[in-house]
Amino acid sequence: MGIEQKAGNLGIVTVGLEQVVNWARVNAMWPMLFGLACCAIEMMSAQASHNDMSRFGMELMRASPRQSDLMIVAGRVTRKMAPVLRRLYDQLPDPKWVISMGDCASCSGVFNNYALVQGVDEVVPVDVYVAGCPPRPEALIHGILTLYDKVRHEKLNTWT
Amino acid sequence: MAEEHLKLTLKALKDRFGLQESLLMKYPPALEAEPEKIVEICQVLRDEYEFDFLCELTAVDYWPEAEPRFNVIYGFYSHANNVRMMLRVSLNGDHPTLHTLEGVYRGANWHERELWDMFGINFEGHSDLRRILMSQDWEGHPLRKDYPLGYEEPQFSFNYDEIDQRKHHARYEEA
Amino acid sequence: MPEPLEVSYQELKHLVSERALQGDTVLLNMGPQHPSTHGVLRLLLELDGEVIINCVPDIGFLHTGIEKNMESKRWEMAEVMTDRTDYLNTTGNNLAYCLALERLIELDVPPRAQAVRVILVELERISNHLVWLGTHALDLAAMSMFLYCFRERESILDIKEMCSGQRMMTTYFRPGGLWRDIPSEFEIAVRRFIRMFPSRIKQYDALLEKNPLFMDRTQNIGKLSKEDAINLSVTGPVLRGSGVAYDLRKAQPYSGYEQYDFDIPTGTHGDVYDRYLVRMEEMRQSLRIIQQALDKLPYGPFRSNNRKYVPPPRAELGTSMEAVIHHFKLWTEGFIIPKGAVYQPVESPKGELGYYVESSGGNKPYRIHMRTPSFVHLQALPFMCKGHLVADLVGIIGSVDIVLGDCDR
Repeated sequence: MGIEQKAGNLGIVTVGLEQVVNWARVNAMWPMLFGLACCAIEMMSAQASHNDMSRFGMELMRASPRQSDLMIVAGRVTRKMAPVLRRLYDQLPDPKWVISMGDCASCSGVFNNYALVQGVDEVVPVDVYVAGCPPRPEALIHGILTLYDKVRHEKLNTWT
Repeated sequence: MAEEHLKLTLKALKDRFGLQESLLMKYPPALEAEPEKIVEICQVLRDEYEFDFLCELTAVDYWPEAEPRFNVIYGFYSHANNVRMMLRVSLNGDHPTLHTLEGVYRGANWHERELWDMFGINFEGHSDLRRILMSQDWEGHPLRKDYPLGYEEPQFSFNYDEIDQRKHHARYEEA
Repeated sequence: MPEPLEVSYQELKHLVSERALQGDTVLLNMGPQHPSTHGVLRLLLELDGEVIINCVPDIGFLHTGIEKNMESKRWEMAEVMTDRTDYLNTTGNNLAYCLALERLIELDVPPRAQAVRVILVELERISNHLVWLGTHALDLAAMSMFLYCFRERESILDIKEMCSGQRMMTTYFRPGGLWRDIPSEFEIAVRRFIRMFPSRIKQYDALLEKNPLFMDRTQNIGKLSKEDAINLSVTGPVLRGSGVAYDLRKAQPYSGYEQYDFDIPTGTHGDVYDRYLVRMEEMRQSLRIIQQALDKLPYGPFRSNNRKYVPPPRAELGTSMEAVIHHFKLWTEGFIIPKGAVYQPVESPKGELGYYVESSGGNKPYRIHMRTPSFVHLQALPFMCKGHLVADLVGIIGSVDIVLGDCDR
């Protein structure tokens, strides 16, 4: 309080370091294109002009995992695809988050059989689950805003 | 005109190869054939009776009946006459083999690979018989009736203690 | 952590040429996660510089075991899974399944239900072609098309949501007719769409049809001759682009298509540009069909009256004992289909979609096989892309219009 009153009209603001870091991470989080099945079409709808995800900072979807920090697993993950998923998750640089979009990614949805991984959290750690088959674009955006809330309250325990 | 062509073809095949009508297929009309003569029949169909389009190649498993265990079904369509027909071939349970139709209809290639992958039906003379839908080191043939579905039991309150649904990889918040 | 699986070199040696074994050509993996492969498709390319010598598709990354899963669900429950195979043509899949069941049971469908089915299937055809156009143009770097096409698609999804409550996986068609009657706003919304859409198609044409960049990238690319197409079992717009006027809606009509008047567009060269023109014209013809079906929409019941397969309306349960018994049997056991097998083909926006349904006399399917167009068309891909550059391959995959859920089931 004291320093702001003294230095206020010089244009200096004091704020916690965690708040700044989390603010920067939240406002420009770029997702990686990982649309597998039907949920990918709703993800594309959410990116299109009717429900615009770029207002929330997700201007582009980068195809390369090295240039993105959020992985939205949209669609069903089969046992043949699971190693590919894990490899892409490992290639994402820190800090990284995972949203499991749709019923098939969260718990394999309608399909309870030999070919699907029963929930993508068998393979990668998930932060937010978005339910729906497929979830409406508004539901996906709600899931993204929930993730933003979670990131804003993250503590800075390692220097990465 | 289409109906007559179909009747003519069915009658000609029955006379030439001694085939019989299948009672199971309601539509389109189907004939039952023997596994050894299938390539010859398809050649005749394509060259003489203008059935130049293979629209379906699939199989059914009748386990636990040992013979015939598999029934392979071929579907044909004729562009010139706008008419459809099918053929059904019965195969036994141990080492089911058929000769490939790749020389007659090139579109049969991937269908036969899928039948090898899902049912274990071998096709002689196929150029590339590998698994197509499952991964290469998968064991078993999933669409056979004695292959389990792989159902995972959900955790309700009555079986809460026997089933552990928590995945050890997932991040759980310490509440 | 699962070990990464790779298709081993030994397995593929017979597919690549000898120059690859000596290191003369490059083996490139266009992996399952790629922006232009429209899903999880893996292509192994053998390249000489930039020219493709051989292309080996590796599918199965979205194989969900739907056919086996349907064998353990009842007939009406299994319809839910049919939506999720080709997820851009959900009403078309429902229609094929219901038509196959109706042929097995010999169930009647009232004319109002048939007309509404035709309207929704044609709207779905337009929606599929819009997604195709958006993603195809996006791959060829015409990025604004993507946003325009998805804007139009929102109107169609609103109409579907108005009927059934769901945007994509509706399961609105049931054996015997529709799940419930269409609401009163349906006709107004569809007429508004028909009035608005032709000018939008003109906008897309103005952007792409005579665009010299687009024409350069798509003409004389990916040619498929007529004889090759028929021998490879190719159907749909790809076959029509190669010159064969084969459309199941005209050749073997179903669900009342014989009453409507429409043309079948065909191409001449069989290249990517011709398939583009065929699909654009198909959108206009679909509008014609919707207009005619909406004008002729008859009044009447929306589902069959056969109580053995169709649940009775709630009001009847208070007065009739048979209705209560039928309701009970349908809800606990489901309906039973007599022993038999049928193959029902339907014209989906991608090609000929066929359902082979076999029943052994129970309340569960014994065997269902979906003959999907994407599976067959991917087989034809290596023939179409020999000798082209990698940049052309992206255009060819887009023009074949594959959906991996349809291909792998």
